Amino acid sequence: MDFQVVVLAGGTSKKLVPLVSKEVPKALLPVANRPVLSYVLEQLELSNIKDLIVVVEGADTALRVGGWISAAYVDRLHVEVATVPEDVGTAGALRAIAHHLTAKDVLVVSGDLVSDVPPGAVTAAHRRHDAVVTAMICSVPVSGLSEAGSSGAKDKTKKPGRYNIIGMDPTKQFLLHIATGAELEKDTRIRKSILRAVGQMDIRADLMDAHMYAFNRSVLQEVLDQKDKFQSLKQDVLPYLVRSQLKSEILINGAPQGQQAKENGNDKVSYRILANASTPSFHELYALGPNGSAPVRRTHKCCVYIASNSKYCVRLNSIQAFMDINRDVIGEANHLSGYNFSAQNNIIHPSAELGSKTTVGPHCMLGEGSQMGDKCSVKRSVIGRHCRIGSNVKVVNSVVMNHVTIGDGCSIQGSVICSNAQLQERVALKDCQVGQGYVVSAGCEYKGESLARKEK
Amino acid sequence: MGAQKKRAAAATAAARVSEDPDDLARQPLQAILLADSFTTKFRPITLERPKVLLPLVNVPMINYTLAWLEAAGVAEVFVFCCAHSKQVIDYLENSEWFSQPNFTVKTIESHNIISAGDALRLIYEQNVIHGDFVLISGDTVSNMLLTQALQEHKERKKKDNNAVMTMIIKKSKPSPITHQSRLGTDELFMAIDPNTKQLLYYEDKADHSKGTICLDKMLLAENPSISLHNDKQDCYIDICSPEVLSLFTDNFDYQHLRRHFVKGLLLDDIMGYKIFTHEIHSSYAARIDNYRSYDIVSKDIIQRWTYPYVPDVKFCGNRATKLERRGMYRASEIEQSRSAQVGSFTVIGCGTKIGSNSKISDSVIGEGCTIGSNVLIEGSYLWDNVIIEDGCELRHVIVCDGVIMKAGAVLKPGVVLSFKVVIGERFVVPAYSKVSLLQQPTVHDSDEELEYADNSSGTVEFSSIQGTADQSNGEMTSESSEAHKPKLGTGGVGYIWSICEGGQEEEWRHSVAPIPEDKLAELSEAMDDDQELVTQDRTALSTSGELISDSNASEGDDNEDSKDDSVYFEKEVEATFLRAVEENVKVDHVILEVNSLRLSYNMTSADCAGAVFYSMMKLAVKTPHSSASELQQNTANIITTWQKLLKSYLLEIDEEIEIILKFEEMCLESAKEFSPLFARILHILYDKDILQEDAILRWADEKEGADESDKVFVRQSEKFVQWLREASEEED
Repeated sequence: MDFQVVVLAGGTSKKLVPLVSKEVPKALLPVANRPVLSYVLEQLELSNIKDLIVVVEGADTALRVGGWISAAYVDRLHVEVATVPEDVGTAGALRAIAHHLTAKDVLVVSGDLVSDVPPGAVTAAHRRHDAVVTAMICSVPVSGLSEAGSSGAKDKTKKPGRYNIIGMDPTKQFLLHIATGAELEKDTRIRKSILRAVGQMDIRADLMDAHMYAFNRSVLQEVLDQKDKFQSLKQDVLPYLVRSQLKSEILINGAPQGQQAKENGNDKVSYRILANASTPSFHELYALGPNGSAPVRRTHKCCVYIASNSKYCVRLNSIQAFMDINRDVIGEANHLSGYNFSAQNNIIHPSAELGSKTTVGPHCMLGEGSQMGDKCSVKRSVIGRHCRIGSNVKVVNSVVMNHVTIGDGCSIQGSVICSNAQLQERVALKDCQVGQGYVVSAGCEYKGESLARKEK
Repeated sequence: MGAQKKRAAAATAAARVSEDPDDLARQPLQAILLADSFTTKFRPITLERPKVLLPLVNVPMINYTLAWLEAAGVAEVFVFCCAHSKQVIDYLENSEWFSQPNFTVKTIESHNIISAGDALRLIYEQNVIHGDFVLISGDTVSNMLLTQALQEHKERKKKDNNAVMTMIIKKSKPSPITHQSRLGTDELFMAIDPNTKQLLYYEDKADHSKGTICLDKMLLAENPSISLHNDKQDCYIDICSPEVLSLFTDNFDYQHLRRHFVKGLLLDDIMGYKIFTHEIHSSYAARIDNYRSYDIVSKDIIQRWTYPYVPDVKFCGNRATKLERRGMYRASEIEQSRSAQVGSFTVIGCGTKIGSNSKISDSVIGEGCTIGSNVLIEGSYLWDNVIIEDGCELRHVIVCDGVIMKAGAVLKPGVVLSFKVVIGERFVVPAYSKVSLLQQPTVHDSDEELEYADNSSGTVEFSSIQGTADQSNGEMTSESSEAHKPKLGTGGVGYIWSICEGGQEEEWRHSVAPIPEDKLAELSEAMDDDQELVTQDRTALSTSGELISDSNASEGDDNEDSKDDSVYFEKEVEATFLRAVEENVKVDHVILEVNSLRLSYNMTSADCAGAVFYSMMKLAVKTPHSSASELQQNTANIITTWQKLLKSYLLEIDEEIEIILKFEEMCLESAKEFSPLFARILHILYDKDILQEDAILRWADEKEGADESDKVFVRQSEKFVQWLREASEEED
């Protein structure tokens, strides 16, 4: 297999506090009672990719993620867990594990992607065009994710549901323009030179970068080496490659880069690409040898793979997304969960105990060994393992993780209750997040708050 | 017959539409034909004959347009004549257009009109347009079917009353090297909504220095999907609702259909008028905008892309010619020597004589021409009654009626010979020259923006010349031939127009001649440089934002922007002020200028006060002085002279405080010489009523809590402040 797969599992994302903690890194957040990372790994397994590198930020986290993987996939996948320092960014992470990468192409997948798009399709598109990079693009999810707390002012000025501005050629195969982050708030500037070369560019604001990329390995490494300030694949490396793809009047569609690759081998091509990018470090490159001084006009291809609308493709990168994904995986996109749904369209573990007159509606999940008292009602929610839930409890549109204790008469709406949390009697929560091990005292009512223990 | 069929089709479509109850009172389709392009691209020819009457493959252009309008189901055409209106009207009166059944041609004449906008305003006043109409200029060749576009337009209009116009576009990719379309027009950038076909952005006359297209963020917020096009050509055929005319009347500054009207509507989001596009695929539509498009459209006609408007089909006013093999059209009564070679894609008009051993290819020869022997004609357009003597060479040129070329004369590519010019024996006319019997008007119009104004003067000026020329045609030619004999060789008559400054470079773009190879090579090289420049730009730009993550980056940028702005603003104000001092500009005028600066930089009046004060102080420092007291005197003088200016920005106490703070800053940084004089100048400002005591006291209070280093000047003026305090207390 000439493809290596890197799964960027990240660390403890600040956006997801208080859901994540040292004990539960982002990769292990439960989606329908399975760590989110398992969705990516299983998709990869389905595409028959069994050798992969999982990159984790921070040694503690790596230990936990590694432990879980080896337990869950011991005889199924060959996984190498690589540890990188925290906050190096996605580009930094790849830079740190560069020595592991040897194949011609590298598929980089974000560990928080919950999707049923086959990774094989992306790699195939990449190979077909012999592209430098191929990015998977999906439709913006229907429910807005952007309101989630900590990202703050930036999201408010943005119209909800805009993540990228993506320019493609009319055949929707090549990526001609991409704007992310702060650029979205400004007027969009499209380079005329590329438009002249292509003739027509379709600009879409309703698509987003799904954070699954296929890179030409040597090009990627060159870029990472040269641009030591690049931190993020999404915000730095990809836009850079897109920006510098056209250095000549040769149509990208007809660029002969593929042939050159065969003639000259990868390294030379990537040198050329970089030599022609008129980077500040041009002199260093020139010193590298005659290859660096190759003729001025070269192009490289940036491709896209657009996930069809029928596919599910969402990243777990905010609390709202966490809720949405949990709801979808046991609801509309239930084929992803890998469970068998009962006739009532829900999953109740055989070992779960339900009191009298307790109802569990469709699109619900009740984990192993959980107990519920009398006259409870659960709608569109996920309840983890070994939870103890009293009587007269209402759980609607919420996620309750493992080992949670909920007292009598509680009402939980649109909230997330993390593991080992305790809700005493008659607590009413609406749109709240309760952190790990937090105790909500009896009779409290909260709305839209984030409750967590102070970090020691 | 084809036309007949089309008309029938159009009629049925019309019938279908009129069944609709809304449309019962529907008017027959009308059209406005502008018989004036309001440009000067076809000079010098258009000084003597209007553009719409210039022969295109031996048929005046306007006939193509009228024939198409008739076939497209238009019932009534208003021909708007401006320049040479008499010639146009005379022509139409003598043509068969006035006697067509079901097709009325009416002329509207005006002389003092300088733009399409004015013309439409005049038509609005005449109140003759009652429904949707086709807006077209008289130099358009097309064979498209209007039915579909018209129906789309009507349906859109029914749903959305703001959909006022449908523009016809056609695919045509501009050359990546010259950035112009094959018709010689500038490249065009458009943004179109792929679903509704609404036009969202239109940029012609592209500014080549700008390497990017800037799409407003609101545009993308409202339309999640946009197609940007560089591969489309504007056919200049518009289907308009009657509102368009009133829009021109409301916006009396709209002159140009595209540059003002279309862009105006796209930018104006208050009224919410919308423009839509209709793309044609298999039919033909092109406007003759310049010599190059004249050449290209002629070739298209000869190669029958414009069927049924081709030389061998009689559509109106053309004489039947016979189509022979290899795209050769020959009229009757041609005298052709046996040894003459007539090549492919050539049209030869009636009564033309061709001498022995002459070679003609890819050319159009008009009626009654006489071509000698051993003549070479390639890719050229000869109009009627041209006499070419033996041994001449013509490559890619336009030769108007009645031109005489003496033996052995040579026309280099791109030459245009206007009416009745005589080229002397063996004379070589340099490439891209324009030769006319009329002298070049003295007004130059190199600047596009001034084109309208110039044009008007051009026409007026012309009509006087025309008068004399008509009266004394013979005389004048002989006169000028004497005066300018050396210019066009022995026996030559006419003036070679000098190419206006700056135009020389661009002459090849719009000429009939193909673009020379070396030019292309030069351009493609230049383009490489461009490319690199652009990418360098971009990389430089991005590196600044790379380190900082998004939200910070944007804030940082904004701050930087505003900082830059204020620095620029200050500089501008200073420059304005210095100029005012030097040139003794009145205070009121300076205030006006500073106000306009303030608006353009979006500054507050406090900023203005600060900047004005800063420039005054700067001036005081720069004025030569030997001692501190002299400097103080200078300052006092300047303040006295310009106090009115300064006061006009001191509306509130905040602005006064701003001045003190600014002064402090200057004393610390840019003009340290003032620091010992701080208190005294403060006093002067107080005496001149520029600063009120409140302002000074407030400033002193504010500084109370400041750092020690910040308090230097408060200390210095302690006495003065003290005095002020006591004074105010006494008053109380």
